[in-house]
Amino acid sequence: MSNPLVRKLMLSLGAPILALFVAFALTSLVLMALGDPVRDVWITMLSTPKPRMITNVVNGAIVLYLSAIAVAVGFKMNLFNIGVDGQYRVGSFAAAVFAGQAWLPGILNILVAIIVAMVAGGLWASIAAYLKVQRGVSEVISTIMLNAIATGLVSWLLLKVAVRTAGSNAIGTKVIPESSQLEGWKLIPGASNRVYSLLILAVIVGFLYWFVLSKTRFGFDLRATGSSETAAVASGVKVKRMVMTSMILSGALAGLVGMPLLFGQDHSYGTTFQAGLGFAGIGIALLGRNHPVGIAFAALLWSYLDTQANGLQIRAGVAPELVYIIQGIILFAVVIAYEGTRRLDIRLEQQRVARELAAQRTARQTEGAVA
Amino acid sequence: MKVAVAVSASTLALAACGSGTSKETSTTTAGSGTTSSTSASSSTSEAPKSDVKVGLAFDVGGRGDQSFNDAAAAGMDKAKAEFGIETTDATAVNGENEAAREERLNQLVDAGYTNIIAVGFAYAASVGKVAKENPDVHFAIIDDASDASKGDNVAQLTFAEQEGSFLVGAAAALTSKTGHIGFVGGVNVPLIVKFEAGYDAGAKAVNPDIKIDSTYLTQPPDFSGFGDPAKGKTAAEGMYQGGADIVYHAAGGSGAGVFTAAKAAKGWAIGVDSDQAKTAEEGVRDVILTSMLKKVDVAVYDYLAKAVKGENAAGNVIYDLKVDGVGYSTTGDKMSADVIAKLEDYKAKIVSGEIKVPDTK
Repeated sequence: MSNPLVRKLMLSLGAPILALFVAFALTSLVLMALGDPVRDVWITMLSTPKPRMITNVVNGAIVLYLSAIAVAVGFKMNLFNIGVDGQYRVGSFAAAVFAGQAWLPGILNILVAIIVAMVAGGLWASIAAYLKVQRGVSEVISTIMLNAIATGLVSWLLLKVAVRTAGSNAIGTKVIPESSQLEGWKLIPGASNRVYSLLILAVIVGFLYWFVLSKTRFGFDLRATGSSETAAVASGVKVKRMVMTSMILSGALAGLVGMPLLFGQDHSYGTTFQAGLGFAGIGIALLGRNHPVGIAFAALLWSYLDTQANGLQIRAGVAPELVYIIQGIILFAVVIAYEGTRRLDIRLEQQRVARELAAQRTARQTEGAVA
Repeated sequence: MKVAVAVSASTLALAACGSGTSKETSTTTAGSGTTSSTSASSSTSEAPKSDVKVGLAFDVGGRGDQSFNDAAAAGMDKAKAEFGIETTDATAVNGENEAAREERLNQLVDAGYTNIIAVGFAYAASVGKVAKENPDVHFAIIDDASDASKGDNVAQLTFAEQEGSFLVGAAAALTSKTGHIGFVGGVNVPLIVKFEAGYDAGAKAVNPDIKIDSTYLTQPPDFSGFGDPAKGKTAAEGMYQGGADIVYHAAGGSGAGVFTAAKAAKGWAIGVDSDQAKTAEEGVRDVILTSMLKKVDVAVYDYLAKAVKGENAAGNVIYDLKVDGVGYSTTGDKMSADVIAKLEDYKAKIVSGEIKVPDTK
């Protein structure tokens, strides 16, 4: 415990592990109270996933990771961007419409569509940013309302541009041309399905997130504003501009969330496109403590739970919604544990400093005595 | 996984014997998170006696919507009781992606289910894919007849919802005293627009000047409109207050709210999918004028009857008025004989092709 680095690592790993145990215990209690088969549930949840399911875990995590990073950018600034959910749907829809037109060939179509998604997501977020900066509207309120508006707007537009295939009751945007569909990588041996090619997008975003936040002036300003706005103002940071930029950045990153799904799986934006990713991202950013590596683990854990829960009803006779209870408890426990370890960390730090000061004092005293 | 392997192994062994005579099976019905469970010991020690094992994959909502999903479950349960087949069901969670739907079907395949029924059009692509990967397993999908789900081992079960809706639309117009009726759709998707289109056409066939309020509870991808009685109640309340005296809902579980609103406003409501004068909460059953029957139960039962006989059921089967796949209910005798006679007249005209019911607005 004397080495501050070791202590920090132990504390930051200890909290989530503790949270997992708490979640395990509390969920078991819930199951017991309801008379559900506790053993079967955990056998299903903890069974070794098949290669096919490992692919699904990784794929799910890629999407969740992008969502959590988008949220984390805001968190670092003390901005609660609840609007990632709306921003990613606006972004995905815009990109799907653009890519479906096939104005550009193959990969170029994908790259430009990704930019379209970022611009659309960023523009959508800029409404909340503008309201915050110019009118002092809390971004929590405005982004929640913008989510609802995004739902209405996107479905209205979807009905305008939708193509319906014969015999189908689903609607969607025009399917993107085959040359722009990404087949994915065979990363998991023995799996029939493939990992999204846009895993690479998540890696790049993760790296840039780390680099920009910890190695650039902008990142420093952003973190400074997040830690103490007054101090940031005193050191010459233009807070309004920072709010504007980081909110738009968060929205632009949110625009990326749907890209692996669009190019690697659904090939169009329609009624069956995955919803609710923005909210999952908030939990994962919290769990991963806004750290690029922490978020990656948190996203994998989340996706693992989602995937394993799929078989609950078939194999254990318990509704898969149970996974919400597990995830919810993990979040609760982890937030409490983080706060606990933060305080413990401060106390240990104080003790260490006090000890060193005391040691110095005694050293000086003995020196004085000798002299 | 050992359980699944053991089960499928024993199933295969029995399939080889060509067993079809069974009385008792070790079965499971996993409801909405309640206590039943497939216990490992029973599946392995006493092997199932029918070679047909049915897995039903629901979309969001599952059992308990008193409507669409329950109708599918009823068809399966009836087949289970009659043929002694083993059944299970699994429900989707809100906001899942394509991979999760595929995974659910794959889990059922892994667990040794021989006939897998996907309830709802959201499964179209996943049924198509998983069916191709597992040519020995039989699939059925309800509400989709697109190329996405087509296959040599896929039965596509679809309905002429507009035809049944035409009849209840006519019933509403014939019964309405105010000349003002309403329609509450669950989610604004083409499938539900089919209901509205038929309802409008039926009402206008009776009274071209009739006023029809129409609303959808949610817009996709928000599918909560199929399971939110509070939203259904608010929407219907608005219509009754505005002067409508009959409201037809095609909103799955949200319809319960429409019935509550009808009761409070002393108006009529029209149920959907199941005969809701029998399935709705007892207190509101007397406000249900009629229900548009979409006989998902019949479709599921027919499919399973074929499966038990070993017939190949692949291909698109359309359940329309002609084959009695859609219709209206008369439970509770709320409609006069005169109205029913007129409805039968319309029905005959639709069956003969004299009236063509539109399926889009």
